[in-house]
Amino acid sequence: MQQLSVLERLEILADAAKYDASCASSGTTKRNSTGGKGIGSTEGMGICHAYAPDGRCISLLKILLTNHCVFDCHYCVNRKSSNTRRARFSPQEVVDLTLSFYRRNYIEGLFLSSGIVKSSSHTMEQMIEVARILREEHDFRGYIHLKTIPEADPGLVAQAGLHADRVSINVELPTVAGLTRLAPDKSAPQIEGAMGSLKDAIVEAKDARKRFRHAPKFAPGGQSTQMIVGADAATDADIVGRASTLYDRFSLRRVYYSAFSPIPDASAVLPLKRPPLMREHRLYQSDWLMRFYGYAPHEVQQAAGSDGMLPLDIDPKLAWALRFRGDFPVDVNRAPREKLLRVPGLGVNAVNALIAARRQRRLHLADVGKLTVSIAKMRPFIVTEDWRPVLLADRADLRSLVAPAARGEQLELFA
Amino acid sequence: MTPSRDLPLAEAFRISLAAPDDFDGWRDAARRMICADVSPDRVTWESPADQSADLFSRGNGRLPSPLVDAPQPRASRDFLQLAQSVILHSDTERFSLLYRTLWRLQSLPRLMEDKADSDVRRMEDFARQVRRDIHKMRAFVRFRILESGTGEHYVAWFEPEHHILRANAGFFTRRFTAMRWSILTPRGTLHWDGEALQEGPPATRADAPSGDPVEALWRGYFASIFNPARLKVGAMLKEMPRKYWKNMPEAALIPDLIAGAQAREAQMVKAGEQSFGERPPNLDAIGAAIQACRRCEIGCNGTRAVMGEGPVAGPLMIVGEQPGDTEEAQGRPFVGPAGQLLRTHLETAGIADNQAYVTNAVKHFKFVAQGKRRLHQTPTAREIDMCRWWLESERMLVQPRLVLALGASAARSLLGKTVSVQKVRGQPHVLDDGSELWITTHPSYLLRLPEQSRAAEEVKFANDLRTVATRLSEL
Repeated sequence: MQQLSVLERLEILADAAKYDASCASSGTTKRNSTGGKGIGSTEGMGICHAYAPDGRCISLLKILLTNHCVFDCHYCVNRKSSNTRRARFSPQEVVDLTLSFYRRNYIEGLFLSSGIVKSSSHTMEQMIEVARILREEHDFRGYIHLKTIPEADPGLVAQAGLHADRVSINVELPTVAGLTRLAPDKSAPQIEGAMGSLKDAIVEAKDARKRFRHAPKFAPGGQSTQMIVGADAATDADIVGRASTLYDRFSLRRVYYSAFSPIPDASAVLPLKRPPLMREHRLYQSDWLMRFYGYAPHEVQQAAGSDGMLPLDIDPKLAWALRFRGDFPVDVNRAPREKLLRVPGLGVNAVNALIAARRQRRLHLADVGKLTVSIAKMRPFIVTEDWRPVLLADRADLRSLVAPAARGEQLELFA
Repeated sequence: MTPSRDLPLAEAFRISLAAPDDFDGWRDAARRMICADVSPDRVTWESPADQSADLFSRGNGRLPSPLVDAPQPRASRDFLQLAQSVILHSDTERFSLLYRTLWRLQSLPRLMEDKADSDVRRMEDFARQVRRDIHKMRAFVRFRILESGTGEHYVAWFEPEHHILRANAGFFTRRFTAMRWSILTPRGTLHWDGEALQEGPPATRADAPSGDPVEALWRGYFASIFNPARLKVGAMLKEMPRKYWKNMPEAALIPDLIAGAQAREAQMVKAGEQSFGERPPNLDAIGAAIQACRRCEIGCNGTRAVMGEGPVAGPLMIVGEQPGDTEEAQGRPFVGPAGQLLRTHLETAGIADNQAYVTNAVKHFKFVAQGKRRLHQTPTAREIDMCRWWLESERMLVQPRLVLALGASAARSLLGKTVSVQKVRGQPHVLDDGSELWITTHPSYLLRLPEQSRAAEEVKFANDLRTVATRLSEL
């Protein structure tokens, strides 16, 4: 076969990598290249250097080392049985590409994943080699995210964390049944075992650094995972439950949800109809409720309907508030922080501002209005110095008053 | 500037700052005026970038002398921190907003905590816009390489909205310390030579290089990482407004990517089209329907589809790969050389013809024409998966207790995944309807083997069939 050019291979291998949702470059240690020979910095906050028309941030050079794969996972465009074009990069080529993009300020760093060639351990070794060359030979101080292969030798997985800022293993599907059906070569216990040992390594390294200043860092950006939504029969309630278990058991930084989207040369086993993108959005919102708003997993599940699905037309926080009206209205001037966080339309920043402001004086409806986007939608749920929703909160048609105006069904392009 | 001695009660002041982001200058002047008890409405501010439009603005550039018993001006840390961002804003009103808030702070020391106050709110808004501009500059500056006699020089052209250039210099020196770079803007320029930072006068776009060889790769990456099946233009525009596009090499692709996205997704969905509708009620209906099936390329090659045959409700179903040349010509399964070999072995194993329903994983004949001959071609996994629906329909009607898959294609059709026949033969697999699956090689494989290794493989094949015969009598 004729050797493909770098551009052609980059296109194939970026195309193959785009189904990984994560592009985060935040949450690692702060460092810069002052005084060094190298290049790069990370200053806490991630930077999105561009946005694609799919609304996703482009922060890292996200590519596969190769899209050849011996596995045959039905949802994956790179599965063995797919007709997609194949290509591979050598570790040095990925290094060169990363550095020339970084010097032009296109990216924050590298997100490297790979199809599995020869064996899982061989593939993992190649990926670690990329990270090693970047860090050791070029003194690269930007961000590196390595997708770890759970089937690889545990020693290699441990090595990955020494060079990478973040490591991740995809659980792929929210249920074990889904995994067995759609990813016949993967095993849930193996994936979770690998996530467990990553967690142990991260905790251990953190602990060692408390006692020895020069103990090596291990994945200071933590680990994350991703699951595909809508390719199997799992409900939102299942997914929320699974995500919270993952957060607890493996101390994950993030769980990413990726709405299954049509891929070229799809397997006939997959559903053809994609789930609405809004479903993915609602899952992220429920994720936020658990991580920043103090909701317990079962409370988020209560926001779902009897079929276990979160409503698509209103956000899960509003859905919860409509179901538990007894908890409202909340007095903006008196209620504790955790109660305020439950008011639909009040974000963490707005709550902080309200709490600071109410130390100065009694707050009126207009004051709350200045700190939020839409006071109209919030009025049934709050009490201020000059406002009390007398009958509003008991009205049967409350949902229609506070839900966003119906814009018809979400645009289905090919219904 | 000499302090005026005899201060008239309502004298006005006009303060000229050295630069639009001159925080120290503003702070000194503001402190002097607070000490002199000058109310905000008596002060006008200007800087080189903020010339007062008011031709009749009063004041003469002098600063007032402090009152004798003036108290020390007070400013909370919150205020000072916020003010350093606010002063970078391009709104001409920022100096007087800051002074008015400082003035009010003297009697309301905790004013900054009242986030609902309009001045505090406005300061927060200004600071937020400045922080965003700083962040966007870090994100959207694009360096282009300039090869010169002294090595590589990276040059960028950027148009910030606010006076943030100087405030942002540290980020770029910390990140690109070992690189020689310049950032050119209409408000001023920065130059880093690896050791020291220099500021220069405003530049124009023409001063920056017009291209870079790596941009073709970057554009290729941008177009490929985009998923056309999830178009969200609004989300993109919110974070990357059009005003930045003109200095980003990849942005020129966006209109075409959006325009082509729906077509690309439609194509993917169409290629995956597999709406089969209701299951046919009987085997004859399947036989008729597969003749019209055009869901994959083999279905469209003009050959005749070959339906399975044998006893309905028989205990055994034998699944091959696909009809061959002879089968296609006669319209019946397993009538060619491989079929004859199979029948011989079935007889030896003691499996009668009336026990077995025989069919194929793929219903049409896939081949390449070579002269007059039609050479067999293995179906792709996708074609097998597509045709699986027909085999499933047959299995539902025949309901065999035992299924024998011949070769890897048949095994894939029944298991939904590719397996190695040599590894999985000789052991039972349970299918989801509870029936038992056994896997062995395809008889045509035996026919293709060279003489010396064929005998051994035929023995294994015969053994597999004997096992199936035994299981058949047990079930």
